Amino acid sequence: MSHDFGPAVALSCRECGARYPLGPSFACLECFGPLEAAYEFGNVTRADIESGPANIWRYRSLLPVPADVATKPNMNPGWTKLVKAGNLGQALGLKSLYVKDDSGNPTHSFKDRVVAIAVEAARTFGFHTLSCSSTGNLAGAVTAAAARAGLDACVFIPANLEAAKIAMARVFGGKLIGIEGTYDEVNRFCSELIGDPLGDKWGFVNVNLRPYYAEGSKTLAYEIAEQLGWRLPEQIIIPIASGSQLTKIDKGFKELVALGLVEDTPYKIFGAQAAGCSPVSTAYKAGHDVVQPVKPDTIAKSLAIGNPADGPYVLDIARRTGGAVEDVTDPEIVAAIKLLASTEGIFAETAGGVTVGVLKKLAESGRLDPEAETVVLNTGDGLKTLDAITGDDAKPTAVIRPSLDAFRAAV
Amino acid sequence: MSVSVRIPTILRTYTGGNAEVSGEGATLRDVLAKLDSDYPGIGARILDESGKIRRFVNVYVGEEDVRFAEGLDTPAPDGTQISIIPAVAGG
Ligand SMILES: Cc1ncc(COP(=O)(O)O)c(C=O)c1O
Ligand SMILES: [Zn+2]
Repeated sequence: MSHDFGPAVALSCRECGARYPLGPSFACLECFGPLEAAYEFGNVTRADIESGPANIWRYRSLLPVPADVATKPNMNPGWTKLVKAGNLGQALGLKSLYVKDDSGNPTHSFKDRVVAIAVEAARTFGFHTLSCSSTGNLAGAVTAAAARAGLDACVFIPANLEAAKIAMARVFGGKLIGIEGTYDEVNRFCSELIGDPLGDKWGFVNVNLRPYYAEGSKTLAYEIAEQLGWRLPEQIIIPIASGSQLTKIDKGFKELVALGLVEDTPYKIFGAQAAGCSPVSTAYKAGHDVVQPVKPDTIAKSLAIGNPADGPYVLDIARRTGGAVEDVTDPEIVAAIKLLASTEGIFAETAGGVTVGVLKKLAESGRLDPEAETVVLNTGDGLKTLDAITGDDAKPTAVIRPSLDAFRAAV
Repeated sequence: MSVSVRIPTILRTYTGGNAEVSGEGATLRDVLAKLDSDYPGIGARILDESGKIRRFVNVYVGEEDVRFAEGLDTPAPDGTQISIIPAVAGG
């Protein structure tokens, strides 16, 4: 039976180039390298895209999905705001700064983009249960998408996640299993479950459906370019957990150039990690091209992947484009959340604190061109990581009786 | 010394479909060498030409990723479980 994946024609190994038919497989039989979707694009025009819906399906001719994808029950994520961040830019000495605010997605993180593609693949392969290993946001995105698609869900998280992420993953129904361990242990567990009869007919969005899932992050690149008026940004700051999103944004920019949808102008990609989980940044600074895993300890739990599978590709991309990989401490993450909130009215989760913190660090150390058009990603919502805001910041400025005198005395 | 080795789906063609096989050796290196002699060809799937664990393979001895331990020299005491798992991105 042939599956309809639109312009995608095969899976190809990112390491050795071996090609495989489109199926629920994710690792190369020759070398264990990651498989990714390979395409034969038709003639894609700006006008076609612009006449599409205000969600990621406007780019369906660039994604591994059938042409009628928009008619099926799914979350229709994407087309989030690209906010001109003049105040934050001024605070950091950057002339032209934008925030791509992906907290505006249906379950309030960029994960809705990747999951929407995986759901289509799960439907195509006849899976009945949608699953994942998650650092938090993915779990909620999967359970919500499964509810809408009419699939069962069973998702796995480290047991110590933020309360809001747990409630969010639970409320849509399905099973939520907390694992005593780190994300990397959850991920390992899922990889073993996949080879077991227990996991038969399960689509693990980030394991056996990963070649499809990962392509969803390309839509961030497409949207940013289109929202800038069909131009590539000159500098972009992207968070790194596994490194998948960063890798695919680069792929998206390259496709736009290859298809003639944007001019071939240089861009620099900067990766951002929390100091308490910075294996890629550490490798970057040491000049290594392999990543030594770490055991995470940071408030940026959504980015707490100690063994990032796409780490080597992130290093290649940062070096090839003239960018960098940098990290910031937990107090710097909290300060950056407050800076973004107080300058632009955007409440980011800790992952957004990481990107804005790294933006600040790069700007202050002169590693960003202050004249260049710069985009920083906020990939999640501050309401999911409220614990990051503590002490006086989590209280009213004053509590008074309802009288003018009391107010006068308090301010 | 006898250990058990969990085989990922993509390598089960070598083990006649078995998800778990028994192995032997004092260290992970020895266990993999014995595995390759029992199931010829499987070793080259796990180790690259220079004899290092491939970039996109994670190997665990017990609960521990061997990159945190002594790599191929990690001891493999009697009764331990060894798992070979493809690296997968995306959280
Ligand atoms: C809010 C948020 N931003 C960014 C990421 C990074 O994703 P990736 O694993 O693709 O690097 C995650 C991953 O879980 C996330 O939850
Ligand atoms: Zn390969």
